[in-house]
Amino acid sequence: MVLMKTEAAPAVHARGKLLFDGPEWDFDLVGRVYDACSEIALDEMGLDIYPNQIEVITSEQMLDAYASIGMPLLYRHWSFGKRFAREETLYRKGARGLAYELVINSNPCINYIMEENTMTMQTLVIAHAAFGHNHFFKNNYLFKQWTRADAILDYLDFAKTYVTKCEERYGLEAVEHVLDNAHALMSHGVDRYAPPRRTAAEQRERALARATYEEQSYSDLWSTVPTLNTEDDHVSGPGAVETSQLGLPAENILYFLEKNAPKLDDWQRELLRIVRSLAQYLHPQRQTKMMNEGCATFTHYEIMNTLYQRGRLTEGTMLEFLHSHSSVVFQPTFRDRRFGGLNPYALGFEMMKDIKRIAEEPTAEDKDWFPDLAGTGDAMGALRGAWADFRDESFAHQYLSPKTIRDLRLFSLDDDAEDPEMEVSAIHDEQGYRRIRRRLSEQYDVAAQDPRIEIVEANLSGNRRLVLRHMVRDERLLEKADCERTLQCLANLWGHRVKLLEICDETDDVLVEHDALPRPS
Amino acid sequence: MHIIDRRLNPKSKSLGNRQRFIRRAKADIREAVQDALRKRKVSDVEGQENIRIRAKTVREPSFSHGAEQGRRRYVLPGNEQYQVGDVIPKPPSGAGGGGADGSPDGDGEDDFVFTLSKDEFLEVFFEDLELPNLEKRKLMSLKSPTPVRAGFSTEGSPSKLSYARTMRNSLARRIALRRPKDEDMREMEAALFQAEAARDEPKAAALRIKLQELRERRRVVAYIDPIDLRYRRFEPKPTPTTQAVMFCLMDASASMTEQLKDLAKRFFMLLYVFLSRHYKEIDLVFIRHTSVAAEVDEDTFFRGVQTGGTVVSSALLEMQRVIAERYPVDEWNIYAAQASDGHNFSDDMSRCLQLLNEELIPICQYFAYIEVTEREFARSRFASQLWSGYLGLEGLHDNFAMRRVSSAGEIFPVFHDLFARSNAAA
Repeated sequence: MVLMKTEAAPAVHARGKLLFDGPEWDFDLVGRVYDACSEIALDEMGLDIYPNQIEVITSEQMLDAYASIGMPLLYRHWSFGKRFAREETLYRKGARGLAYELVINSNPCINYIMEENTMTMQTLVIAHAAFGHNHFFKNNYLFKQWTRADAILDYLDFAKTYVTKCEERYGLEAVEHVLDNAHALMSHGVDRYAPPRRTAAEQRERALARATYEEQSYSDLWSTVPTLNTEDDHVSGPGAVETSQLGLPAENILYFLEKNAPKLDDWQRELLRIVRSLAQYLHPQRQTKMMNEGCATFTHYEIMNTLYQRGRLTEGTMLEFLHSHSSVVFQPTFRDRRFGGLNPYALGFEMMKDIKRIAEEPTAEDKDWFPDLAGTGDAMGALRGAWADFRDESFAHQYLSPKTIRDLRLFSLDDDAEDPEMEVSAIHDEQGYRRIRRRLSEQYDVAAQDPRIEIVEANLSGNRRLVLRHMVRDERLLEKADCERTLQCLANLWGHRVKLLEICDETDDVLVEHDALPRPS
Repeated sequence: MHIIDRRLNPKSKSLGNRQRFIRRAKADIREAVQDALRKRKVSDVEGQENIRIRAKTVREPSFSHGAEQGRRRYVLPGNEQYQVGDVIPKPPSGAGGGGADGSPDGDGEDDFVFTLSKDEFLEVFFEDLELPNLEKRKLMSLKSPTPVRAGFSTEGSPSKLSYARTMRNSLARRIALRRPKDEDMREMEAALFQAEAARDEPKAAALRIKLQELRERRRVVAYIDPIDLRYRRFEPKPTPTTQAVMFCLMDASASMTEQLKDLAKRFFMLLYVFLSRHYKEIDLVFIRHTSVAAEVDEDTFFRGVQTGGTVVSSALLEMQRVIAERYPVDEWNIYAAQASDGHNFSDDMSRCLQLLNEELIPICQYFAYIEVTEREFARSRFASQLWSGYLGLEGLHDNFAMRRVSSAGEIFPVFHDLFARSNAAA
């Protein structure tokens, strides 16, 4: 589908022509506003988007969408029902409002907007999601590398049908059992490092080369050498050989189970694969939360202001917009009762604005810190580049400026569980800028925040034990009860004994050992 | 850009998820429902219910860092006065207050409350319960047959004529037998007229013959022939009775205190709600008695105070009269629940037993006797007049049951006991 611009309202002549007045919206109006936004977003800001599909939904449907992790269609599982019940209760009590929109990384890009929004909110939402998020989805390297926007809807459809069929064939309980176990491992079902992306042809070629090499280097003589026959197979012996063949250590637990778990049926493997694909699809969103929201917020701010400057929005609309905008980017301070961590909208928006400022009106300090960026005048170019090539962690590391640190009055706090007090380790001063920047970058590093757990050993021929290792950083052990339950899930899928060692990353000492045996459903 | 209106899409897309969730949390929900019953007022038995689900039943575990040990570093906004090296006392409740740690779903471990809809509530409420003797009765109480569509027939009354079918047949037959169409005829006549006007006699003659042939054909092949006619056909289909009448019998003499009446009321309510899930239409008949019985409306039934002796048979006679008058046995499923504190004139017992044994229990689907007593009596194992009398009936009839209740909390278990599936199967 090609985006169409209305011929009736070219940008230059549009000056002074109001788009709308009053809160009511209708479909024509949404179409006109979309066109007006698209002129600014595409022609002036140079955004590059997937075609949009805007879907108007009710609040109940929004709750539905919430419950299924924002997916337009998803297989059935009780946990989504739980989420729905929870969200619904909070919403009905008035404890939590609903999002004004929801956007899906797909091609065409699906934007849900709520029917009870006013026209101002619809405009804001279109500018925010249909252009901001959409551009980010299409251009950010993580999304490009890890998600396939044009295939996701078909895949979800396949997954849903497949799960339903499994339920019919093997029973609700059996399917639920696999899904429960798989969900527990979802956070460890993603590849954290870029995979070697080989096509099937390349893989065949490599397999052939490997076989040829083995043929050529085969020597009958070696088979006469007696093999070491040790009982304790977790030091050496057959286990060790397998360890290298299985590609251990492996970080992606779900992938490993899907390929190697000895007791799973094909359909169970396929279920693991579905859960894993979903986890992988959602992973970039975790890694770019702050940037993604920053990008969308910056985009809506620019578009709304441009529309207003051209006289296309009334002052009333603008006031309503500013009210919701400022509540979205509101950052309570750490002492505030409302404080719930850094608001990704606030920080993201602040940093995007800052990049624009540095490009257009740099100070001497900026010239020191960002010699390549300061004063280039091409703010949009710089922003588009940042949106394409960074994730939260690297973005904070690259672009967090002293001014932003000062504006937000960021400071860094060290917290050791053994001390009764926490220590301030950096504040917004000359000595602190770099340190805060590094700390913030770490804070946004999903890979560093999640526990680092790997499969290190799998015995496929003997006692079939699976051994995992948690590299303990900063003495942060796993939450015990949760860990045992999750390990139980892992054992259920593996089908044999599973062991998890928590190992200090500095001394290599084993700090804690967990053990689990499979339990039938 | 497309705009799609999804508002009219089928609602509750997540119904499947919800059902799975309820199935998962069944144990908790069942407990909560019974708990709720003990507490709530009888009058809103059918309302919604907030259910507290314990986190542990629906926990979704994952590997996560514990909050107890280790070193953490946070970047926080809004520094006002701190310098490097300042120490801050930790907020009392763990890392929650000052922590910006990446655990936004820390509240995942809390219990949470959600609302069960009325239907779901009743579903759980009456889970494992079944109407006693329903099967048997269904066979016996086939209602007067209702007509059901059953295709088309070639004969029937004119009022059942199916025009569409008939005309379709007619059209097919006309095409098959090549009945000349009206416009062909008109054309031919016009041609003949022209030929006559032009005095082209040979052509006119040929046309006349042709026209004659066509007219003849039209006469033979009728526009609508009797064989075209189709009538909508209905077949009588017997449908089981879906109406029930529920008799509430209660002793209204002074010995029944407000509290006992309230107990009885709860039982009646439960029975009513339970029956209303199985029958389209339920009539309620309230009969109260002292030494004489009368049919009264609901308010009077529960609130009115009367004085007098206690003659149970009067109520049974009244019930018999009402059945004879308004509820033909072959059309109505009859349920009766009698609540009493157990008093009766001893002279009356034999009459009661005879009435029940020979007249009433055989025509009832189910007859339940609930003896409401003060707690002390229940404990004393003192058998009342009615209780000891009715004991003999229990062995004789499957559809007669009797239970004792002395507190509101017992109502549901007793009810459950009466209608539990295994009982019905016996």
